[in-house]
Amino acid sequence: MNTENNIKTLIVKKPLKLDCGKTIKDFPIAYETYGSLNSKKDNAILVFHALTGDQFVTGTNPVTNKEGWWSYAVGPDKAINTNKYFVICSNVIGGCMGSYGPSHKDTDQNIFGTNFPVITINDMVNAQYNLLDHFGIDKLFSIAGGSMGGMQVLQFISNFPDKSKTVIPIATTSSHSAQNIAFNELGRQAITADSNWKDGNYTSNDTNPGKGLAVARMAAHITYLSKKGLQEKFGRKLQEREDLKFGFDADFQIESYLRYQGSVFVDRFDANSYLYITRAMDYFDLAKQFNGNLSEAFINTKAKFFIISFTSDWLYPTQENKDIVIALNSIGADVGFVEIESDKGHDSFLLDVPDFLNALKNFLDKSYEEN
Amino acid sequence: MKNEFQVIADLIEKDKKVLDVGCADGTLMKFLKDNKNINIRGLEISKEKVQECIAKGLTVIEGNAEKDLKQFPDKSFDYVVLSQTLQAFLNPELVLDELLRVGKKAIVTIPNFGYWKVRFHLLFKGTMPITKTLPDEWYNTPNLHMCTIKDFFHFVKSKDIKIFKSLALNNLNTSIINESNLGVKNLFADLGIFLIEK
Repeated sequence: MNTENNIKTLIVKKPLKLDCGKTIKDFPIAYETYGSLNSKKDNAILVFHALTGDQFVTGTNPVTNKEGWWSYAVGPDKAINTNKYFVICSNVIGGCMGSYGPSHKDTDQNIFGTNFPVITINDMVNAQYNLLDHFGIDKLFSIAGGSMGGMQVLQFISNFPDKSKTVIPIATTSSHSAQNIAFNELGRQAITADSNWKDGNYTSNDTNPGKGLAVARMAAHITYLSKKGLQEKFGRKLQEREDLKFGFDADFQIESYLRYQGSVFVDRFDANSYLYITRAMDYFDLAKQFNGNLSEAFINTKAKFFIISFTSDWLYPTQENKDIVIALNSIGADVGFVEIESDKGHDSFLLDVPDFLNALKNFLDKSYEEN
Repeated sequence: MKNEFQVIADLIEKDKKVLDVGCADGTLMKFLKDNKNINIRGLEISKEKVQECIAKGLTVIEGNAEKDLKQFPDKSFDYVVLSQTLQAFLNPELVLDELLRVGKKAIVTIPNFGYWKVRFHLLFKGTMPITKTLPDEWYNTPNLHMCTIKDFFHFVKSKDIKIFKSLALNNLNTSIINESNLGVKNLFADLGIFLIEK
């Protein structure tokens, strides 16, 4: 284990054949844990992060000094109660918080950049599966994640049908839609259009394609919110000025907000990782892996599913979540589903939405009682 | 737990797989799960009620019976229960067909519009009847297609649906309905419970 920069790392010795055909081995997976594994090793929950998340789920992220991305849901006495459960989360491969990714060096000590192999959601979960062996866990109590985290949840239980008792995909989809791909392509084009991108061969922080990455983040950020939520929070309010300035500075608060979101993102995220991870999401089509029959993906699992969507999420709308419910019901799987009322858009799963957090807590605690 | 649920529970053998359509807060589901080891699922349209079911540790799907029953395969449940909701659907006939497709058997209960108190209310007060099983005013009732025990009895017969058991409930009294006592039961029962199969 390597604890450089507070990042715990597991070096995976076993070769992993990627969907693109290449094989990787001796690669790092950066992870973090919360709570403690009990003696029966039956209280572990593997959490999967979304596009721009990392292994630092809750508490203070030691690298960015910001709150962990799922602090509302995970922690002592929270929905995913770390006094009770042992929570594991790892940075996806392709990421930039310590796991094997495009900012790593190849065997010739050159930074990979776009020479890093294209990875998929399937590759991500196959890599993370090594954490079970590392902790000596035969079966997880639960796997949970929202957005791209939910895609990993679905892929994980499909690949390892008897490795989790419960399965919680949140605000997600079994197949990236044309609209999803379109928004990701917009982000990628913003990055690659930045002259500092240099075909992915930028090296230092001073010359990275920060402007392109910021625009990508700004565009994506809009998709995480709802029209109503934006209108209520910002409306047409002006930013530290009495009236319009008749220029292209940030007159409106929403402009200023987006610019800020873009600028802070650049400090913590690698542009090439953004390309790789959005690509993995776009390639995700679980039904296609089973000749178009999504139910087949889950035919071998006896796990108990709980699927959650949000009313104002237009990025991964309720119907796409319900399609997963339908596929599970058609094979008689144990599946519950709830759509949570919220104005906070796709981001609802990351925010303080009491109905969501209560449902999550009740599902986990009641399921654990039945263990 | 109300007497209706006790009667429904008595119709279901142990260890079966049951779908409760319009399961509300999950009272019947919880009873069946805890007392009869039933593999129980619920379908419920109200978000608040879904949350109450989750808090009880029950597997529930938020959805609308008129649209969402079609996702369940044919005869995938031993029993499908529909308690006092048939009259609230836009198309009760379609829902009934779906119940009998999804369930090997269905248990359907209906508030009886032929109950003497209902008839008296309309006859003497001249206003829409309000009783224990029909508590709402005409302008806010969810009920769109009220029927009597006699109506339902004739309806299922006309659809070649097999009636295994039909029971009349009046407070705590339960009695069997048959062709010969149908008129009397239709007058004195406030609730009808039917175990049917197609």
